[in-house]
Amino acid sequence: MDYIRAFIVGGFICVIGQILMDKTKLTPARILVSFVTLGVILGALGIYEPLVKYGKAGATVPLPGFGYSLAKGAFKGVDEYGLIGAFTGGVTGTAAGIAAAVFFGYIMAIIFSPKMKK
Amino acid sequence: MAVKKLGIQTVKLMNPPSILETATITGSKEGEGPLGQYFDVVLSDDLYGEESWEKAESKMTREAVKLAINKANLHPDNIDYMFSGDLLNQIISSSFAARELQIPFFGLYGACSTMTESLSLSSMIIDGGYADYVIAATSSHFASAERQYRFPLEYGGQRPPTSQWTVTGAGAALLSSSGSGPYITYVTTGRVMDFGVKDANNMGAAMAPAAADTILRHFKDTGFNPAYYDLIITGDLGKVGKELAVELVKKGGYDISNIYTDCGVEIFDLTEQDVHSGASGCGCSAVVFCGYLYKQLKEGNFNRILLISTGALLSPTSSQQGESIPGIAHAVAIERSV
Amino acid sequence: MEKKLEKQLSEEFKNMVDKNNPQSSIIKDCIFAFVIGGLICDIGQFFMNLFLSFGIPEDNVGFYVATVMVFLGAFLTGLGIYDNVAKYAGAGTIVPITGFANSIVSPAMEFKREGYILGVGARMFIIAGPVLVYGISSSVIVGIIYYFIKYFVK
Repeated sequence: MDYIRAFIVGGFICVIGQILMDKTKLTPARILVSFVTLGVILGALGIYEPLVKYGKAGATVPLPGFGYSLAKGAFKGVDEYGLIGAFTGGVTGTAAGIAAAVFFGYIMAIIFSPKMKK
Repeated sequence: MAVKKLGIQTVKLMNPPSILETATITGSKEGEGPLGQYFDVVLSDDLYGEESWEKAESKMTREAVKLAINKANLHPDNIDYMFSGDLLNQIISSSFAARELQIPFFGLYGACSTMTESLSLSSMIIDGGYADYVIAATSSHFASAERQYRFPLEYGGQRPPTSQWTVTGAGAALLSSSGSGPYITYVTTGRVMDFGVKDANNMGAAMAPAAADTILRHFKDTGFNPAYYDLIITGDLGKVGKELAVELVKKGGYDISNIYTDCGVEIFDLTEQDVHSGASGCGCSAVVFCGYLYKQLKEGNFNRILLISTGALLSPTSSQQGESIPGIAHAVAIERSV
Repeated sequence: MEKKLEKQLSEEFKNMVDKNNPQSSIIKDCIFAFVIGGLICDIGQFFMNLFLSFGIPEDNVGFYVATVMVFLGAFLTGLGIYDNVAKYAGAGTIVPITGFANSIVSPAMEFKREGYILGVGARMFIIAGPVLVYGISSSVIVGIIYYFIKYFVK
């Protein structure tokens, strides 16, 4: 059941991105920025939470989920440390993803070289 | 007085230079395309044994120039001038090739119009009596162009249907004041045209007005009709731009549809090779001309052609600052006999 | 072309371009994006369930899933597979966090030839940088708003 829900929620979020790409000529970078920011806002307003409860990885793996984690982290930071938590919380909540991307990015760059497209 | 000038933008070459030899080096994908058999060297490794795409591209230019000179049993010391350009910042492919070749060098930037730009200037310098042997060369490389203008190679993006595929290839033509043809007979130099296209993924549309303008101007200045030519071929408008160019020329009063095509449409199999609207890049018209068209002229399958390389004069900076894309197109007429 | 014709054509040109503009087959694109995006999320779900079964607390399992998914995206990018899937999947591979990894790894690899400091190090964020800038900045803003609501409104 988890898998069906994750598939549908995750797939649906990607379809929204695809429609934006095909119809609006927005560059992928702009779409990603909008998705993350939207994730932060929806997360802060408590609208994304039910989606995460329902779709689980289907809602957390796509980039709005990254925004949701940022917002959730910022709230948690404020709860624990006050105002400074607004600054520490977001990055703390997403530290694993960011650090992994930097670290693995570096490792992969050392190991592999880009290949010619066919 | 400019006795060789015809009309507003055209030059009639009084002592038409002969194209002695040409040479082409292409990447593997171009070799697999419909014109693959006409290229002198098809690389199996697009890095060409070098450490970077830029070095590979420069080597392609260098080797194509050397090959053209060798075919004519000449030596780089015999060459008076080399006109060459490419797409990279500060045209490093060309200047670094010229560093090895030690031929007096004029570096050109005309984006993808560089092949006819270099042919134009080479023929005028010969016709003027300033040189006997001149090299006109141009190159582009898919991988070096992608990383400069678009995305890293391994980035997972999706290319829209109007996008074009930068040709990996270098072409060099050796022009001489004497020889038995084919000859360059007319040169029509283009104006920069901008009809306001901003989509960097639709360069064919951005360049079509310049191509149409130069073609129309060539007819006006020379008094020729399309029927004068066996073939009118633009550089890299691709499928989308080609259709627009035909339509624009028609609105200008000439129907070229039955003798017109585009190098960017011919070099790849558009249905099989996943190139969307076709090919682009300075190497496109360079290898199609120096490979396929030159050999067809030599064999007599074409007698007169009008080659119009087309360039989109944008940079990543101008696009990011919201500028539209200016286009340019230069035409050269090439005839078997004069 | 003559000035008058040029003016007329430049006005008509936008319509000509729109008429000649080939459309992306949006239905096909969306099906690919849905299926492949959905599958990537299912892989995430698989790891989430796996880590939960190892007894990782629910609050922390997201960290584990993110790390593994980022690794997979990075590794497939290194092998040269990710861009080939993305050609079909479009947003299906861009929107999941594996696409975030791809957008960091691909320039890092591409600019290795310009050195490890100014190439790999500096260029790593040319695509993903804006995501962090806007994501983190907006999280700080919502955090500050939350702080004021929490301590002053109550």
